[in-house]
Amino acid sequence: MAVSTRRLQKELAEIKNQGTPVGIQLLSAENFQEWHLSLEVLGDTVFAGEVFCLRFRFDNQYPISSPAVQFVVDDKWKAPTHPHVYTNGHICASILGNEWSPVLSVISVCVTLQSMLASCKKKELPPGNDRYVRHAPDNPKKTRFEYDDDTV
Amino acid sequence: MSSADEYSDDEIDYYDEDDEGMLVDDDESASEMELDNFSEGASKKKIYEVDYESLSQAEVEKQMKSDVDSITSIFGVAEDVAPLLLRHFDWNKEKLIEKYMDNAATVSVAAGIAPPEKAPRRPAASGGRLHSSSQSSKESLIGPRRSSRRTASAATKSSKSKVLERVTPQVHNESFVCPICFDDTQTEFLSLVCDHKFCKSCWAAYIESKVKTEAESWIACMAEDCDVVAPDNFVKQVLTGDQRTWERFHELLVRHYVSHRPDLKYCPYPSCTYTVSCSITRASLATQVPIVTCGNSTTHKFCFGCNIDSDHRPVICAVAKMWLQKCHDDSETANWIKSNTKECSKCQSTIEKNGGCNHMTCKKCKYEFCWVCMGPWSEHGTSWYNCNRYDEKASKDARDAQSRSRASLERYLHYYNRWANHEQSKKLSVELYAKTEKKMEEMQMTSELSWIEVQFMKKAVDEVIKCRTTLMWTYGMAYYLESGNEKELYEDNQRDLERAVEDLSELIESPLDPEVIKTLRQKVTDRTVYVTKRNEIVLEDTARGFLEGRWAWNVPVAGLD
Repeated sequence: MAVSTRRLQKELAEIKNQGTPVGIQLLSAENFQEWHLSLEVLGDTVFAGEVFCLRFRFDNQYPISSPAVQFVVDDKWKAPTHPHVYTNGHICASILGNEWSPVLSVISVCVTLQSMLASCKKKELPPGNDRYVRHAPDNPKKTRFEYDDDTV
Repeated sequence: MSSADEYSDDEIDYYDEDDEGMLVDDDESASEMELDNFSEGASKKKIYEVDYESLSQAEVEKQMKSDVDSITSIFGVAEDVAPLLLRHFDWNKEKLIEKYMDNAATVSVAAGIAPPEKAPRRPAASGGRLHSSSQSSKESLIGPRRSSRRTASAATKSSKSKVLERVTPQVHNESFVCPICFDDTQTEFLSLVCDHKFCKSCWAAYIESKVKTEAESWIACMAEDCDVVAPDNFVKQVLTGDQRTWERFHELLVRHYVSHRPDLKYCPYPSCTYTVSCSITRASLATQVPIVTCGNSTTHKFCFGCNIDSDHRPVICAVAKMWLQKCHDDSETANWIKSNTKECSKCQSTIEKNGGCNHMTCKKCKYEFCWVCMGPWSEHGTSWYNCNRYDEKASKDARDAQSRSRASLERYLHYYNRWANHEQSKKLSVELYAKTEKKMEEMQMTSELSWIEVQFMKKAVDEVIKCRTTLMWTYGMAYYLESGNEKELYEDNQRDLERAVEDLSELIESPLDPEVIKTLRQKVTDRTVYVTKRNEIVLEDTARGFLEGRWAWNVPVAGLD
């Protein structure tokens, strides 16, 4: 059995047994290639009342290689307006790139993104959003992000 | 066996006869000897050559080792620690010594030798610690930690004992499961000094992905936010059984070292692992062209001073780069537009006239002008189809700009065509070699010349190709040379070489006439000597010109005053 399958089985079992943290819910995990989770920022934040959907895509190298994570943007879902989230749902976060560690999991990524949204004070698009979205690859992992701002 | 012996005896006889034959015709071998002498002379350093040394990967590793050893003995740290310290400081020994003496603990954390909280005063313990999965046995945990207080030699011993520890059979422990793969069949767990334990197969997958997909030799612990780095021995231990990844890791280490040493450069040819050592300074690149060849193959010729992967003598890097850029840019397209179109003298839109009369109306700004004189149409009165206002000032000015750009294009094309022509001939050299090879065989059959005696043909082709490279670049340089006496002398030398090369080239490509092979041989050999001499003159004189600051440029050249 591939390591990624075993690992995702384990993560799934943990989610089923222990449940998910507040504001995070598993929407679908039919296979070991793609999962969907919903994300909600609780408390008094600029995203109060909004629910977002995260799409995780795993390759065979997971968790050695990071999952491809993005917000779902379609008829039903929208990406949050956040300086690190492009309107096509791509996220600029170091833990999804060069700071990814194999000990991180789907849930820990969700929690990190939740706190990234929670600490946002002002809804703003990333600089150069339009240009990025026009030329962005389908897989956000193919983009080389510069992680320069860790205040939000 | 015996038949093979006989065969080799025959061969010896054959060569003996051949030698005698060579001795007999004295007059003929004279020029050949001259040629040999000449190429022998080339082994001495010429004015256009630089001193350099080719190093194999093993030799570079030896250099690295001596750096590591000196740091090991200065700091009294374990063998595994010194390479990490050096790599962290990009092999800048002086900086490392200064910073380490200043604050060993901070440096150790930054270099990934120790985890932040418990940075030891002297980070002697390093590297991979193997946990036999019987975690309860305290000895295995205390053992390596104690070594941190020992001297360097003791620490080295302890790392050896670790290897022994590895060999001892592992006790399967149910309680610990690797937090990455959750595979409860794994029995072998490893951690760095930070004590973050993972199973060996996860480590192996992780290191393989770092090394192969990221080409990264700086391998940090897999735990989140942990900056402790895996030392070489740990990597080796994990990669037992994956020799290819280990070799690649090793190559990455060497590449890292080479890239941070200004006196070293990696051979840029694909999958070549040789390094060239050359101590040329930035400033001397204004006068010297450091063309080097790595020890792997004589065709691995490259410039130590810039990124050009071939011999660009006699032209210095800055000028060569400028010329390549010029040829690479879409300058020809731009120049075509300039010479085949005119600009509306009012709104500067580009207009190509593809028919009709000379009364032009700009489609964009509706300005009316005359295509012939470029002056405003209103001044033309009623002479619709004849422009008799050619000398009016307004028309003249408009035309002057046009002709200037045309002249500049012509000038560029003059040099570019010659450059491209030699380049093309050079590209055909593979075919030429094949053709020459055939001719040499033919010669051996139709005349009594032996294999060794027909080598003059190959030598001639070698020389032609070498000289074409020189000629190519002399045109690139001539484009930027300010006209004057010096340029004229330069072009005289260039012309002499070109003429000699074309003569020789024609001779070796002409069809073979069995009647006159002997005279052909004489001629080719003579001309090869002459071409070699002309090439020397061009290379030497140009190099000397750079040293004397004799060349004047028509554009500013980077690095020159």
